[in-house]
Order: sequence, then C-alpha cells, then structure tokens
Amino acid sequence: MTASLPAIRMNGIQKSFGPVRANRGARLEVGTREIHALVGENGAGKSTLMRILAGLYAPDAGTVEVGTPSGDLRDVTGWSTADAIKAGVGMVHQHFMLVRTLTVAENVVLGREPVRGAMLDIARAITDVKRIGDQYGLRVDPARLVGDLSVGEAQRVEILKTLFRGARILILDEPTAVLSPLEVKELWGVLRRLRDDGATIVLITHKLDEVMDVSDAITVMRQGETVARMETGAATPEAIARAMVGRDVALVTMRNEDEGPRTSLEETPRSPGPRSSLSVSSLVVTNRGRRAVDGVSFDIAAGEILGIAGVEGNGQTELIEAIAGLRPVASGTIALGGRDVTHASVRERTEAGLAHIPEDRHRRGLILEYSVADNLILGDQHHYATGARHAWALDGRRIEANANDEIQRFDIRPPDAELPARALSGGNQQKVVIAREMGGTYDVLLASQPTRGVDVGAIEFIHAQLRAAREAGKAILLVSAELSEILALADRVAVMYGGRIVATLPRREASEERLGPLMTGATDTTRPAA
Amino acid sequence: MTTIAARQRVEEALLPPLVALLVALVVGDILILLVGQSPGAVYRLMLSGTWGNWYGFGQVLYKATTLLCTGLAVALALRAGLFNIGGEGQLAAGGFAAAVVGLVLPAGTPGILAIPLCIGAALAAGGLVGAVPGVMKARFGAHEVIVTIMLNFIVLAFLNWIVASHLHVPETLHTPEMRAGTLPRLMDWISPFHGSAANASLFIAIAAAVIVGWMLFRTRGGFELRAAGLQPDAAEYGGVRVGRVWIKAFMISGALAGLGGINYTLGYKHYYEEGFSGGAGFLGIAVALVGRNHPLGVVIAAFLFATLSQGGLAIHALVPKQMVEVLQGVVILAVAAAVPEVRRLVQGVRAGAAR
Repeated sequence: MTASLPAIRMNGIQKSFGPVRANRGARLEVGTREIHALVGENGAGKSTLMRILAGLYAPDAGTVEVGTPSGDLRDVTGWSTADAIKAGVGMVHQHFMLVRTLTVAENVVLGREPVRGAMLDIARAITDVKRIGDQYGLRVDPARLVGDLSVGEAQRVEILKTLFRGARILILDEPTAVLSPLEVKELWGVLRRLRDDGATIVLITHKLDEVMDVSDAITVMRQGETVARMETGAATPEAIARAMVGRDVALVTMRNEDEGPRTSLEETPRSPGPRSSLSVSSLVVTNRGRRAVDGVSFDIAAGEILGIAGVEGNGQTELIEAIAGLRPVASGTIALGGRDVTHASVRERTEAGLAHIPEDRHRRGLILEYSVADNLILGDQHHYATGARHAWALDGRRIEANANDEIQRFDIRPPDAELPARALSGGNQQKVVIAREMGGTYDVLLASQPTRGVDVGAIEFIHAQLRAAREAGKAILLVSAELSEILALADRVAVMYGGRIVATLPRREASEERLGPLMTGATDTTRPAA
Repeated sequence: MTTIAARQRVEEALLPPLVALLVALVVGDILILLVGQSPGAVYRLMLSGTWGNWYGFGQVLYKATTLLCTGLAVALALRAGLFNIGGEGQLAAGGFAAAVVGLVLPAGTPGILAIPLCIGAALAAGGLVGAVPGVMKARFGAHEVIVTIMLNFIVLAFLNWIVASHLHVPETLHTPEMRAGTLPRLMDWISPFHGSAANASLFIAIAAAVIVGWMLFRTRGGFELRAAGLQPDAAEYGGVRVGRVWIKAFMISGALAGLGGINYTLGYKHYYEEGFSGGAGFLGIAVALVGRNHPLGVVIAAFLFATLSQGGLAIHALVPKQMVEVLQGVVILAVAAAVPEVRRLVQGVRAGAAR
C-alpha cells in the first residue's frame, strides 16, 4: 500500500487457449509490501493471469513489469519460469508439486541442493529449511517424509520451497481450499509476517471473507477482464460480489453468520422420520490398508440434510464412495430406504433411488470428451437403449429430448447439447452433473463438494436446488470443505476427523467457532452436559 | 455452434494423417533421390503396379482385407483404453481354427453351412486368445501390453508345434487343404482379377467395419466401452463395470484380428501355414493409428498400407523394396508426432482468427 513504484504491473494482457479467451486485456497493479487479493468467479482468468506472471505462459499481447531491487520497473513480458524464479517470483499452485517419497528438506532444496563435494549436504539443507521455517512461522519438521504430512503441512512445504528459492513476490493459488479454519488463520499469520518482511503477495481466491480478512488491496476480474481495483479498507463484501458477478447477489450462502432465510424446519428439529432413507451403520472402509472410514454410523431421514464437516482427507471421500458403490466395504452396512445395499453394484443403487454428485467432476462426474447430451444420460444409459432388455442401440431422439429438457430446466449455457462437456465453464459443467443427478427420480442424494470451483451465481443456484430437494422430501448427505456451505444448508452437522464422526450437532448448536476445533481433532469442550 | 463444433472435430480427425502423409511423401522423395532415381518415375510405377492394373489392384484388396481386420482390432481395443499388441497371435489363431474346421468337415458340406462354421471358428479362436489379456488385466491387474506381446510367442509356437507334429503335409509347413468352407475369389466373378488373391473375405471385413462403427457409436455397449476408455473412473461412477468391459473389448478385439485369418485360409490358400500372418497383426497397430481409431479411418488406412506394401514389389526394379518399409515407418512416426502438433497448430490458427 505504499505510494512508491509497484512491485508488479501487468497491462492489457491477452491470452487465448484455442477458442477460449482466458484473458482479454486484464490489468493488475500490486504495490510492494502488499497482500493483494485477486478475486473473481471461476473461469474469470485469475490463474491464467498469474501463470503469465510466473512465466508458465507467454501472453498473446500486453506487458508484464516487475519491480527490481534497485527500485525501478523491468519489462519481463514473456519470460520463462527460470527467469521468474531468478527474479524472485514464485507461485504456490493449487495442486502441490512435491515428491512424496522425499523428506521435507529434500523437497525444499530440490533443484538447488547444497552440496559438499559431489555429495548432497543434507545437514545444511535441514538447517536452511529450519531457519526459513522459524523466521516465518512455517512449522514443519524438515526430516519428515512429505508423504506423511497433512495437506496443511504440505502447503507449508510448498511455501518454504518458494522462499528457499529467494522469492520476494509470492503468488498463492486458492491456498485455503484444503485447510481447516485454524490452519487458515496460521497461514494468514505467515503471509503477514512475509509482508512485514518486505515481500509482496498475490492471493488468488473467490472467498470474500478471506479477502476481507487478510488483504490490503483487491483486484476483481470478470470474464478475463479487470473490472475493479479497490483498497480493502474501503470495500464491502457486497461491492466485491457485485463486481465479480456484474449484478447483485444474495450473499447469505457465502457468509458464516447464522442469519439469513432459514426455513422453519430448523426451529423444529426433526426427529428421525418414520422411515430413514439412508442408514449407515458401523461402516469401515479401507484405502491402501488404512482404515479411512473407521466405524461410521448415521441415519438421514427423508427431507433432511446431514452435513459432514471436516478437513479434506479425513475419510469423507471414502465414505461417499462406499455409499455410492465405488469402493468396497470392509465391514458394516449401508441401507437405502430400508434395503440393504452394502454390496450392491452402482447400477443397483441407482435403481434403488440413489443419486450422487461426485466431488471431482473432471475425473468422475463427466466424460469430458462426450457431448453434454451423452453426459446427461451417464449412469442411466441402460434406460435409453432400445430392444428387449436394453441391450442394443441407444435412442438418439430420446437422448436429445432429455438433453434439451435438462438444459432448459437447469439453465446450462451455452444451450448446445452437442458441445463436448470439456468446452463448458466449470459452473456449467457442474450444472450438467446436477441436472443429471437431480433432474430424474431419486430418494437419496450424495452431494460431495457440490459447489467446488463454481462461480458465485452457480453456487446460489445449486444451493437453491439442494433446499428445494429437501423440501421435496429427499434425504441429502452433504460433504463440503466449506464450513459456510454446511452451515447454510444442513439440518444436522456431523464432524469427521481421522475416519470417525467425532461429533454430531443440530444446526442450532453448530457454529464455526465450535466446529473448527473439532475438525482438527480437538475434543468438544463446549459439549453440553447432556 | 453445433456445425462449427462438428467441423472442428472433422478437421482435427483428418488433418494429422494428411499432414503425416505429406511429410512421408517428402521423406520418400529424398530417399528416392538418394538412390539416384526420379521420385516421379518411382511413384508412377508404384501407382501403375497397384491401382493401375487388375492384378495389382486385386493384391491391394487382398492385403487390405487382413489389415482392415487387425486394424479394427487395435482400434476397438484402444477405444476401450487398451493396447492390443497381440494381433499377430490372434490373427494366426483365427486362421488356424478356420483351416482346421474346414479340414474336419466332411467334403461336400454346403458352403452355406461350412463357411459360417469356419468364420465362427476364426472369431472364437481369436476371441479366446484375446480374452486372456482381458481377464489377466481385469482380475490381476496385469498390464495388457506385456501379456499380449508374450502371448504372441506362446500362441505362434503352440500352433507351429501342432502343425509340425500332427497336421502338416510332408515336406511343407502347412496343413492339408480344407475340404469345405472355402470362400470364392474375386476372379471367379470378375475374370480380370485373374491371379490375384483377393476374395470374398473383403466384404466380410468391410461388414465388420460397419458393425464395429455402429457398435461403438450407436449402442449402449459402445457408449460404455468408450466411456471406460476415456475416463474409467467416470465410467465406473456411471454404473459401468469397467473390468467386464475390458474383458469384452479384448474378446471382440481378438475376434476381429482372428477374422483376418480367413482371408488367407478360407479365401486364398485353403490351408494354414506357419508364418502366414507376415506381420499383419503388428501392422494393424499402424493402421489403427493412422485411421485415428475410427472404423472409416481404419478402412482408408488399411488401403493405404496395402498399397504401400504391394507398391514395394512393383518398384523393386528401380529402388530397393525395403524403401517402402522405411516409408511405412515414416508414416507411422509422422502420425504419432502430428496428432498433438497439428492440433496445437490448428488451435493457434483458430485463436489468431478469432482475435
């Protein structure tokens, strides 16, 4: 926030990938010693712009300038990553780039290892890593294997690695997606210390509370363009959201406050209905020999949303996959509407009324090369085959009619059923998944990270769909890394830690303050005596 | 929008092989010049020796028939995400089974009965050999490339042992002539084809291509097979039992390669002979690659490679026949390199035009 020369100045940046124009004249100016939030909906071009800064992509047009130690700006347009690292620009990616079988210290020094003669000087590597870690509060044992670290610790290693290479401009791409609230607070501490020490930080995010929490200034992008730049002190979440979406947005689903349009259902906590729609009992699921789900039991009634809160990697994925039939159950039972489906196939479960929004639409939820129309029948393809027992040809006319219907109902854009799913934006891809799973008949819905990586407008839409489904008497199991999402939707909140459900609270008693510690394995000190 | 997307898809499918051919042509020119000949003369000779006369054309048709079958086999497996390198063994097994059935059937069995039996035997034998890597992969996670390569040796050695120890005609490496189930040659209908080996198997192979195309793109089985090939996790999520699809795909793939065997045994020689496949099983990989794993592309690619192969004989007087093999290799390498490269270029041009 200094008035001196900026640390980064990007002007008129253009970048296209085939027909997709990721950046169309984007601007960015970041002062030295500034934590700068780069916000925008998914697909707004934030990551592209930052990758251009870090030398991963060359822009099609525009200029990139970076401040030098001597105090002037240097034109670095189209530089390489090696040049960027040399000039002190480092990027921490959303997906970690670490070698799991090496130790923390080895990972940090990888590429510029301290040597003694021809040998790796591991002792010096360890002291170096310790020194930087202590300096900025990046607590992690340099001698541990990266494969044994938690996600939060792995992220610290990524930051350490960047600092070890001498980064003075640090770019973090959605760093909090995998962190617990406590770890997020620690990360903010680290970033502030770095800033006070003279570093410049660009934080890519679409979470407005983070922006308000930690940043000094904000740049908002929409559809590849820079639409606003403001000082955080003078900004409001509403103003940022308006700039992001280009219209007013109901922010209730994004904020953590308990206010907002809660339905009357909350005031009358439902007793488990006469018929529990999804019933899981003493479920154990292993993943590579580890008990990823370790004795989990719960019931969900019709018309109820059970939210599972927890830091990612605590068994939520395995739990959902086991219920969906994608992962074998070691012991315990799963029942759908009273019918035991513990060992049933995916298709049998679908026929028994199970719908599933998977956490990763690019890996599981969609076949990216398939058209929207074909994706809209995935999992249901046997109902679109003609012939005696659904054996042979697919009925193209019915597939098309179904697609046109769902595209209209769920406002999928562009409304072209023949377009490959790959060509859609993240939000519209997710709408395809939602349309397929929620457009048909079902009783129980597994919604895993239903709004991950989609824009604010689509979040609104998806939350409305989930609420409507609850009103329509569906039983919904909601897993989300976003506590705010759980708090906005769930009737009951279960906290998962280390493969177990460590607490189940009615929505009224659940708050971020109370859930946060539970998510990191602390015992619930505020538990009522009952 | 739809038409643009469709046009782009066609462009992306057609451009790489065309560019690759162009590259191969240029490399061919250089090679021909190096041995001191005129490229024009050599290419003219190659064309007149293949498509330019009835016999040459017939030989192209004959060679294309086997390549079409083995190419389809590789393409279908690749659509399911599987690399079938076992075409050689499957092809031999199919040819052998057809020949043996034709041998044990009583002489005078009507063709309407004998031919389907022989073809069925070829399909079944190829499918059986194909099922092995499928089951090994689905059950035990064994990599299909290793299994299919090794299976080639096992199958070929096993067949040769049977022929050598029990079935061969003395002083030869082939089985006795079939008593029933042979297919008519094209020269029986169109006399100018006289002397060429082209036979009715050609129509069976083309029918197989049509059926494979229908199966892949119009049926539920094809929907699930392609899904398993593109994104196995998503297919599994969509209720597809990926392991079963692998086994099925490998069986169909093996059966298609096995079908190629009838071209030699039912259509041409009327017996099984050691080494009759002559590398057609392996060349099927190249055919599928150049044909972009699409049945129509495979048909075209099969004719291309058949032309090159027959053309090599025709130009022997001017340049060494091996030059054609070099050329085939260049085509394969060029396609392998051209697919991503051409796509990148096309997208770059398009982005430039859009700006």
